[in-house]
Amino acid sequence: MEQSQSSKTSKRPLQFRDTNQTDMSAWRKKGRTDPENSVLDHQPPNDQKDDNEQDSLEEAFRYFEEVQDRVSLKNSILQKHLTAVESVALQRGLPPEGFNVLLDVALSGKFGDAVNTRILRSLIPASVVPEDSVVSSVSWLCVSKCSGNVQLLFLKWLITVFDFIDHKEQLNALYGFFFSFLQEEKMCPFVCHLLYLLTRKENVKPFRVRRLLDLQAKMGTQPYLQALLSLYKLFCPELVTITLPRKMKAYFRDPEGPWKAAINTVRQRNQENTQVARPLFLGTAQPQSQKRKWNTQISIPASSTNKINFEEDREKKCIDLHSTNESFPVEQLQTFSQLLQNIHRLEFPSQMGSVLTNPLLLHYMNCFKDESVNLRLYYWMEQTLQQECTWCVVDNSQYEEEFKNFLETVYETECFLQEGFSSCEEFLYKSLPLWDGFCCRSQILRFVSWIPLRSSSEIKSHLYNPLAQLFFTSSLYFKCSVLESLKELLQNWLNCQVTRLDSESDSEVHSSNTTLSGLVNTIAELIHFVGWISTVALRLESNHTFLLHFILDFYETVCDMYLRYDLPLLIMPPPRVFYAVLLGMDSVNLNQLCYIMHRYRTNLVTAKENELSKKKILQFKFSNQTYQEYNKYLTAMVGCLWTSNVFQKDIHPQGIAMDDELLKKTEVPDFKNSFNIVCHPALMSYAFFYLQQAFPDNTTVDFSLIKGKEWNRYLEYLYLQGLDGLKVFIESSVKRISQASHSKSGNV
Amino acid sequence: MKIFPLVSNLNLPIAICKDTGRPSWGLPFGRARRRSALSPSSRLPPAPRRTQVKAGAAEVAEDTQRTAFLLRKQWTLYSVTPLYRFSEAHLRDYSRLLSAFVAAEKKKGLAVEIGGELDIKVSVTSLPDLKGSDRDQAAILVQLSSRSSASPKNSEEKVIWSGWFCCVAGDELSENLPEAFTCLPLFLVNGAESNTAIVGTWFQKTFDCCFRRLSLSPFNLSWMAAMWTGCKVDKPASATELVFSVPRLPHPLHISYAINLEDAQALWATIQKTPGEITQEEVDVFMDCLYSHFYRHFKIHLSATKLVKVSTAVASAHCDGIIKFRQSQYLTGVLMLLTELAICQIQ
Repeated sequence: MEQSQSSKTSKRPLQFRDTNQTDMSAWRKKGRTDPENSVLDHQPPNDQKDDNEQDSLEEAFRYFEEVQDRVSLKNSILQKHLTAVESVALQRGLPPEGFNVLLDVALSGKFGDAVNTRILRSLIPASVVPEDSVVSSVSWLCVSKCSGNVQLLFLKWLITVFDFIDHKEQLNALYGFFFSFLQEEKMCPFVCHLLYLLTRKENVKPFRVRRLLDLQAKMGTQPYLQALLSLYKLFCPELVTITLPRKMKAYFRDPEGPWKAAINTVRQRNQENTQVARPLFLGTAQPQSQKRKWNTQISIPASSTNKINFEEDREKKCIDLHSTNESFPVEQLQTFSQLLQNIHRLEFPSQMGSVLTNPLLLHYMNCFKDESVNLRLYYWMEQTLQQECTWCVVDNSQYEEEFKNFLETVYETECFLQEGFSSCEEFLYKSLPLWDGFCCRSQILRFVSWIPLRSSSEIKSHLYNPLAQLFFTSSLYFKCSVLESLKELLQNWLNCQVTRLDSESDSEVHSSNTTLSGLVNTIAELIHFVGWISTVALRLESNHTFLLHFILDFYETVCDMYLRYDLPLLIMPPPRVFYAVLLGMDSVNLNQLCYIMHRYRTNLVTAKENELSKKKILQFKFSNQTYQEYNKYLTAMVGCLWTSNVFQKDIHPQGIAMDDELLKKTEVPDFKNSFNIVCHPALMSYAFFYLQQAFPDNTTVDFSLIKGKEWNRYLEYLYLQGLDGLKVFIESSVKRISQASHSKSGNV
Repeated sequence: MKIFPLVSNLNLPIAICKDTGRPSWGLPFGRARRRSALSPSSRLPPAPRRTQVKAGAAEVAEDTQRTAFLLRKQWTLYSVTPLYRFSEAHLRDYSRLLSAFVAAEKKKGLAVEIGGELDIKVSVTSLPDLKGSDRDQAAILVQLSSRSSASPKNSEEKVIWSGWFCCVAGDELSENLPEAFTCLPLFLVNGAESNTAIVGTWFQKTFDCCFRRLSLSPFNLSWMAAMWTGCKVDKPASATELVFSVPRLPHPLHISYAINLEDAQALWATIQKTPGEITQEEVDVFMDCLYSHFYRHFKIHLSATKLVKVSTAVASAHCDGIIKFRQSQYLTGVLMLLTELAICQIQ
C-alpha cells in the first residue's frame, strides 16, 4: 500500500509531462466536458469554406466505411477522399468519430500500404482519440492483416497520441496482447515504450519479469528494455533483483513520425484568435515581459486532492487504513449523489481555483462557508485577473480571447453561486480607470452586475466615476449595455437584500456589520446615479427610443422595490426621462411608462396603508416629497392621455405647463386636444387604424369622431393591441381619478 | 548615451553633518502606515511617510554572517500570496517531495522514485535570522544543487539555483489571516527561469499560492534613491547612480546619472527635516534638486524620462524587479520595503 501510494504520486504527473502533450491536457479536458467536442463544431458557422470541408470530410468517412473491394491508389475517388481527410487533418485535426473508421480501414489491409500509410499519417486528433477505436485497431493488429511497416507506424502513432486517448481502462486490459508483441524484434523498442506508458502496478507479474530478462539476455542490454525493467522494479522491487544503471540518457527514441509537429500546429491554429490592434501603452508600472513567463498563463487548475504523504505519517496511515473517516478524493467526485453521500468526508482540492470548472465543488463550497476557502479563491482569482488583464498589462493584448474566456468562466461561477466575488470587485475598481470600454466589453459589464452590496463610499469613486466617463463618451449601444448591467446590479442587490432580511429574521443573533439604512443608501445612490446618466444620455442621444427602452427597464425594477423586495425605498424617475417618454413618439415606451406609473401607485398606496394602520412601527417611511412628485407626474400624465389639458394642469416645475396666451401664439388649432389617447403622437397611428376599421366608408380621417361611446370602444381596441400597461394605468388611475387624487392630497 | 555630470559642481549650501564615527545600525525605513485588508487605502501607493527602526548591533552582526551569501547577487523579485497549510515542521518532507518533482520535470515522462538518488538535490531550509520581528515568519530558503556526474559519491555539490521566501515586518498582512495561512509575501530568485518555473509550480500546486513578478515603479525607485542615499556606510562606497530611459524613441536611449556619494548625502541632509523619518515631499524635493542640476548642465528634463534603475552603496534596484544587496547591515531594511511592496501587490 505504502509503495503503491508513493509510486502513484510519483508517476502519474510524469506521464502527462511527455513532450508537447503536457500543455494539451487542458485542451483535451475541454474537449471531454463538451459532448460535441469536435473542433469542427467550434468553427464559425458563417464560414462557407469550412462547411464545404466538413461535408467532404463526412463524405470521405462514409466512403471509407462502405468501401468493400481493394481499390488502387490511382482511383480518383479514393484520391479525392484521401486528400479531403488529409487537408482537414492538417488544418484542424480530425473529430473523434473519424478515428474508428480510418483506423479500421488502415489496419484491415483493404488497401495497399501506400494508402494505409497516408491514412495513418493523417490521424491528427482535434480533441480526443476515442478508446474504442484504439481497442478495435489492436484487434486488427492481432490478426496481422496489415504489413509490418504499417504495424510499426501504428505503434508510433499510438505512442505519440497516447495522452489524447480519452480513457485507458480497456486499453490496459489489453496489456497482455501488447506484451506478446515484444517478441517481434523490429517492434520491440516501440512496444516497450508503449508498455512503459501503460504499465500499472498490477501489470507487473513474475512471468513478465522473466520474459523481459530473457529478452535482455538474448538482445543485450537495450535501453528500452532497461526502462521497462526499471519501471517494474519501481513498482515491485522484490520481483526485479538485478541492478540497473542509475542513470540513462534517453530510454526511448522519439517515435518520430509526422504527427507531433502537425498536432502542435493544429492546436495553435484552433486556439489562435483574431489579432487586435495593439492598444497604446499606458504608463502604469507593469512588468514589460518579453515573452510569457512561466506563471502567466491563464490555466484553471485541475481538481486534485491535497495530499502530501509525510514520512512520519506513513506509519500512522498503515494503522488507520481501515478506518472509515478517510477523505474522499475530489478526483473521484463525478455525480451529485456522490457529493451527497460523501459530503462529510470531502476535502477541497489542493488548488481552489479548480472549483470554477467543477459545479459539484461549487455546490459544496456553497454549503461549506469557510474563511480560508474564500481567501484561497480570492487570492488566486485576484492575482490571475490582475496579471492577465489585457489592458492593464503591457503585451497582454494578444491573449484577449484567453482572458475573455476566463472572465466568462468567473462570471458563470458568480451566477451559479448567486454571489459576487470581492476579488472581481477589486479588479473592476483597479482596471476600470484604464479600460477603453471596448476590450472584453460584455464580460466586464457583466462583472459590474455582480458587485457585492455593501454600504460604502468606495463605489462612487471607483465605479460610478470611471463608468460615467466611459458612458458619456461611448456609443449608444455601449450606453444601453451599461444601463442593462446596472439594472442587473440593482436586481442582484435587491435579491441579496431580501435574503439578508430573511436570514436576519431567522436569527437575531446574526448581526451583519452593515446596517439597513447603509444598504438603502447604497441602493438609492445607484438609482440616483442611473437617473443622472440617463438624463445626460437622453440629451446626448436626442431621446433615442432604444435608449429610453433600457432606461424604462431599469425603472421597472425601481418602481416595485417596496412590494417585491420589501425595501422602504421608492425613487421616481427624473423628469427628463418621464417627459421624454410621455411626449415621445413610441407607443411601446409609453405603454411601459404607464405600467411603471401603475406600479408606483400600487407601491405607494400600500406604503400609505401600512403607515396609517401602524401594524408595525416603521423604521422608514417615504417622504412626502415622493408622494408629491408622483402626484405631479400623475396629473401631467392624465392630462396628456385622458383629459386633454396637459398644458393647463401640469404643475411639475420641469413640466410643460404653458400660458394660454403663449399657446395661442403657436397658432396650433385645437391645441387642447393635441394630447390625449387619440391624438398623442405615439397613439395616433392606432387611432388612424381604428377609424379605418370603425368607419370604413369615411375617406377623410376625422379624429373627433372618437368620443363618447366610440371613445370607450377605441379604448378596448387599444387594449386588444397589447397596450396592457395603458390598460392597468387607466383602470387604476383614471376611472377614479377624482377620488384618488382627493384621498392622496388629503394624505399628503 | 552615457552622461556623467561633473559632480563637484554641486554647490551645497549647508555643511555636511559629521559622522559620529560609530557605524549607524539604523534601518533606513520602517513600517508603513497600517492598511486593512480590503480597505480603499490598500490601493494607494506606498505610505507617504516611513519611520526608521533601530535594531540591536549584536543581533545585526550575527545576521551578517549567516546571510552573507545573499549579498552581491542579482535577485529577481516575486510577490507570493499566503501559503496554505505550509508548516515549518515539514521542511524535510518538502525537500524530498520537491526533489522528486524537479527530477520528474527534468526527465519528462519517465518514472521517478521519491527519495531516491537524484542528479539534482533540493534543500528546503529555514533562515531564522531574516525577519523584522517575532511576529514574522522565518524566511525559507530553497536551493537546487547538482552533483557532478563523474564521481557521484564524494564530489562537491554546486548550487545552481536558489530562491527564498521572506517576510520582514509584514504584520499588516499576517495579522488578518486565518491560522492555516503562512505569510511569506516576498520571493527572491537567483538562477535559471526554467528552475524557477518548476519550483514555483510545485509551490503553487502544494500550497495554493500565486506568484507574480514584482516590478518597481519609478515612484518607488525614487523613494529608494532618497532613502538609501541617507544611509551611512562604513566602507568607501561607489557613487549613487540613477539610470533613466527616454520613452518613445525608435532606439532605446539610457541616461546614466552618477552622483558622488558625499554630495548626494550632503544634499539629502539639507532636505531631510526629521532624522529617522522620510516624507513624500522630501523625496520629491531630493529628486527635483537632482533634476534641476542635471538640466542646468545638459538641458535635459529628466522628469520627462522614466527612472529605470537606482544603484547605491546600500543596494541597487531595477524597475523590472531585480535587486542586488550590497550591505548586510541594511539587508533587513531593504527587505522591509520590498515586503511592503509585495503586500501591496497581493492585496
